[in-house]
Amino acid sequence: MSDPQGMSIVVRVVTRWLFGLILIFGLAVALFGHVTPGGGFAGGTIVACAFVLAILAFGGSRGPGAAFARWASSLDATGALSFLVLAILGYTAGSFLHQWAARGELFTLGSTPSIVLLNLAILLKVGAGLFAGFIAVAVFEGAAGSEKGADA
Amino acid sequence: MDPVLIGLTVFVILGSLAALEMKSLLSAVIAIGVVGLGLSIVFLLLGAPDIAITQVVVEVIVVTVLIRAAARVPEETPTLRASRARTFAGAGVALIAVGLLAAAFQTLPAFGSQRFAPALWYLENAPDLTGATNVVTAILLDFRAYDTLGEATVILTAVVGALAVLRRPERPKEGSHV
Repeated sequence: MSDPQGMSIVVRVVTRWLFGLILIFGLAVALFGHVTPGGGFAGGTIVACAFVLAILAFGGSRGPGAAFARWASSLDATGALSFLVLAILGYTAGSFLHQWAARGELFTLGSTPSIVLLNLAILLKVGAGLFAGFIAVAVFEGAAGSEKGADA
Repeated sequence: MDPVLIGLTVFVILGSLAALEMKSLLSAVIAIGVVGLGLSIVFLLLGAPDIAITQVVVEVIVVTVLIRAAARVPEETPTLRASRARTFAGAGVALIAVGLLAAAFQTLPAFGSQRFAPALWYLENAPDLTGATNVVTAILLDFRAYDTLGEATVILTAVVGALAVLRRPERPKEGSHV
């Protein structure tokens, strides 16, 4: 994977401060995607950015990025499956992908719960998917960099 | 047309030309980043904040990954130069294409001057019908949710394919998925 030592202490400290903020920002962009510009895809990409930052700052074996790397492909599949389950839940209201949850007042978080949940499913899917892609590329160049063991 | 928009477009075109001509791979990646970020500002000025946000975050993550990848490649990479005849042929084809596009764009209505009936219907009815006040999200996850399902499937397939092709040759330890 990437350099196990990570980056300098300055980068690591700043990353420790920013990591949670970026994560919350990505979550907010996805959660309020039905009210403001944004949505699951943009929010998921921001979340993936946070974990990529963690991997680059702390290296491949420590920090939140390493923990997430172990689960990335499973979470990716979970996101896709939950999107499908939410779509099938639409049958309770009439048809595939139909809005099944009761709707609230406009301009609030609860104005359309089914779209909010779909956005969160896409957040999980895109966030974990892009991060898994990053990990795949990082692992690949790691294997290409050290020729020994590549043939094993 | 907005002069800022024209300037940005020229900037983006120059960035893509620079990406083609750069000797070092890292500089080319940075020039690609210039193209993407300029394009996101263009989207913002054209009144598409949703696309602008998506473009800027995707650009950030793609450029980060590409810089990671380019850093491993030796500085002096062999580049293929096209022959003179090929360069002229390519320039000729590009000029003809630009001329045809310019002629075709003359027949289009001015930007934003004409709204088609379906677009107006969505703008008027989407908030009440779906509960989502961001009409883009209302279309993505309600009216055209099948498309979004397909898009999610495409990303899943791409990631599964990438993980299958680029997987680590030897398994590091038991139970690791990466």
